[in-house]
Amino acid sequence: MGKQKAHIQFVLNGETAEVAFAPHKTLLEVLREDLGLMGTKHGCELGECGTCTVLVNGRSILSCLMLGLDAEGQDVKSIEGMANGSQLHPLQETFADTGAAQCGYCSPGFLLVAEELLKKNPNPNRETIKEALSGNLCRCTGYIKIYEAVELAAARMRGEEMELPRASVYGLE
Amino acid sequence: MSASPNHPIGKSVPRKEGRKKVTGQALYVDDISFAEMIYGVTVRSSVPRGRITNISFAGDTPWDEFTIVTAKDIRDIGGENYVALILNDQPYLADEVVNHAEEAIVLLAHPNKYLLEEARRNVRIEYEELPAILTLEDSVDKKEIIWGEDNVFKTFLVDKGNVDEAWTNADLIVEGEYFTGAQEQLYIENNGVIAIANEHDGVTVWGSMQCPYYVHKALIKLFALPEDKVRVIQTETGGGFGGKEEYPSIIAGHAALLSLKCGKPVKIIYDRAEDMVATTKRHPSRTRHKTAVTKDGKLVAMDIEFVIDGGAYCTLSPVVLSRGTIHAAGPYFSPNVRIRSSAVATNIPPHGAFRGFGAPQGIFALERHLDKVAKAVGLTPDEFRRRNFIQQGETTATSQIIREKVDMAGLLDRAFELTGYHEKRQRFAKENEQSRVKKGIGFATFMHGAGFTGSGEVYLASVVGAEATSEGRVKILAASTEIGQGTNTIFAQIASEALGVDSDLIEVAQPDTANVPNSGPTVASRTCMVVGKLVESAVLALKQTLVGSGLLREDYSQSEFQEACRTHIEKFGPLKTFSTYQAPPNIHWNDEKYQGDAYGAYAWAVYVAEVSVDSLTYEAQVEDFVALQEVGRVINPVLATGQIEGGVAQGIGFTLFENVVWQNGRMANNQMTNYIMPTPADIPPIRVYFEENPYAYGPGGAKGIGELPMDGPAPAILNAIENATGVSFDHVPLMPEAIMENLTNVLHGITL
Repeated sequence: MGKQKAHIQFVLNGETAEVAFAPHKTLLEVLREDLGLMGTKHGCELGECGTCTVLVNGRSILSCLMLGLDAEGQDVKSIEGMANGSQLHPLQETFADTGAAQCGYCSPGFLLVAEELLKKNPNPNRETIKEALSGNLCRCTGYIKIYEAVELAAARMRGEEMELPRASVYGLE
Repeated sequence: MSASPNHPIGKSVPRKEGRKKVTGQALYVDDISFAEMIYGVTVRSSVPRGRITNISFAGDTPWDEFTIVTAKDIRDIGGENYVALILNDQPYLADEVVNHAEEAIVLLAHPNKYLLEEARRNVRIEYEELPAILTLEDSVDKKEIIWGEDNVFKTFLVDKGNVDEAWTNADLIVEGEYFTGAQEQLYIENNGVIAIANEHDGVTVWGSMQCPYYVHKALIKLFALPEDKVRVIQTETGGGFGGKEEYPSIIAGHAALLSLKCGKPVKIIYDRAEDMVATTKRHPSRTRHKTAVTKDGKLVAMDIEFVIDGGAYCTLSPVVLSRGTIHAAGPYFSPNVRIRSSAVATNIPPHGAFRGFGAPQGIFALERHLDKVAKAVGLTPDEFRRRNFIQQGETTATSQIIREKVDMAGLLDRAFELTGYHEKRQRFAKENEQSRVKKGIGFATFMHGAGFTGSGEVYLASVVGAEATSEGRVKILAASTEIGQGTNTIFAQIASEALGVDSDLIEVAQPDTANVPNSGPTVASRTCMVVGKLVESAVLALKQTLVGSGLLREDYSQSEFQEACRTHIEKFGPLKTFSTYQAPPNIHWNDEKYQGDAYGAYAWAVYVAEVSVDSLTYEAQVEDFVALQEVGRVINPVLATGQIEGGVAQGIGFTLFENVVWQNGRMANNQMTNYIMPTPADIPPIRVYFEENPYAYGPGGAKGIGELPMDGPAPAILNAIENATGVSFDHVPLMPEAIMENLTNVLHGITL
């Protein structure tokens, strides 16, 4: 095992970052082990589940399949960079409040993929949302509440009112 | 009642820890580190059954840098080498013999994860192989005795009326045999634990788990320590579904053994492949039905034989078998019922808890079988069931009198209305003649008991505490875990409703055996109904204490309540109240005869599935799904709906996708690319509806719902597939290969 460390510079959540790490590490490992950002999760390490998704130059990628070295000079966004200070991203609000996050373990990955989708398509229909999210696995929700949260956040971002899903308003006076 | 008009029950109060989870701030076990912490791995058996003849440490691994633990180390510390649960037959580390593939034999720890992985491959274990039993059938047939005297962990007999005499009164007898496969829980967060152990302080573990006190009990035995020297703390848990009920006791013991030996904190996190290959799955099952009916479609007798494959050790199989047995006869009245059930041993990794806990297996068989019986007697599936639904005042298979109002026929009417069932039944029949894609609609009607079976809750004697804080808040003390299902949120709602204060004022303590009482395991759809009721009574006792001490009027405002908490603590010190489970009146259970009130309350449900089957590709797809259930009072509609949607999705996976491939007793497809759980593209619209019939002994009228949605999808979907294709399938998972084999004959007139 080589002791030589790699050293890269890149943009992480809007700020310039420098980090040294063992060169065989994936971006997922670098983020967690060398930069202390624990929001990006291990799910399968084989690119099967989407749990470790981050945005690189605005595109969703699986950080378990990308070498840390390849982040040199790129613009990387992890879940920690999604909110604007204490102001949550509209998707984070709807995920938290309308049942899209249950155990929460897959949520960072889904949130970033959804952010990418809404940037490209501010008014996606249900089928488009399904397709965009189909690389991410969730075992808790059956996905329905995730679609609803994306639809609701999209409406809010467009400045439109949207009726909350039936279940979400159930029981309110 | 208080002056504050605060009634959060029935409202979709946002998830309490939701913000932490969507910002990446929630800390799961792998996100936590300690100074000096090193990593642990498990070396496992490569054969299903054998005698260990030699263990050697080979290769160029610098073995002197490694901490190595074997069964001998457990003897050296004077501990018990078994996972304390029911029969205590499962060792922490195999000693001399292995009884299943992937059984833990050697533990290794090292600061470098990569060296550790290389070292794991350099441990050579030699075996003298012994004949193994790899299927339920071979175990039942006793091809080899591999456990006890007869391969049987547990049997039950439920006997109502006299089945043997009933056959003569029948116009028709219908038999059937049904099978269900193993299923992996597949929580997205793999299992993991961190342990710190030393001779002075004892053992402390942090981990992803459902039942901190199960782990506590197991570690006390493993390390021969007094209760107060073992501390178990649940970290944020990324899903459980039963898969983190009993298994974390093993990982916790392994990590703690390594930590004790090396004197440093040790973290063991399974990767996906290890989690899938080595940890528990849903019990495979075989159910045989023999049913007697009159010609007008009344049930006369149900004779049911239910067998589950427990794997190599007993673990929780007797309890899984119990729930499966009791649910095997469904929400119907039959004067004569006999259920003979058994859990048998095989040389595969032990099967364990998984949402539904035996009930989905038996309900699948029954609901498929009743469609067959209906056909034989010349009735539609719905008309046949209508003639047999259990009514208030009638008795279940265990002779439990249903005292609550129950209206299965009404639920069925509403479910058919919501789906256009009758219209679709007719339309599909016509359209299918012309089209390649055959459509069908089918349903299942079922009930699911909440809480531990029979006397289980009485034995558990769960305790919940409520503590006033000096900030005038109330902290709930319970070992019940938040694993995604909403424990924190509903406990806060229940306490808030009872006290008449904002739910923001209620905190829910992190489950930590040093700080919270044992409120029982987080299983069996019991957290809301049973533990929630204890939350209600604990906070009411706290209020009563404040009123009794003269610090609070009966009619108070929120700020008066907070002030009273502060003053009480200043004057008298810490204020904690506790509530212990007491069975509702009229609950009687006979454990020997397996008769009586099996559960305090049942949820009742009708699930309807619409499917399409492509007669060219043999692909079956669920197109629409309606889940209608009566669950007492719904505490939080968004959370409750989420439970149902998620459970139905797992049920669809169980039915059409999730196929564990066994090779020599080992799961061969232990990856998410070849063991397929439903993706966003596979899930149809799931439409969830509740009816509410408040249960007198649940908090705010609630019953349990967590397991219920796992019961209905498999039979509803296969009933729909029969409607679409005319072919009756008797097993899940139903893969396209099986559809092809059966459909080619029917659709293309080919005889093989």
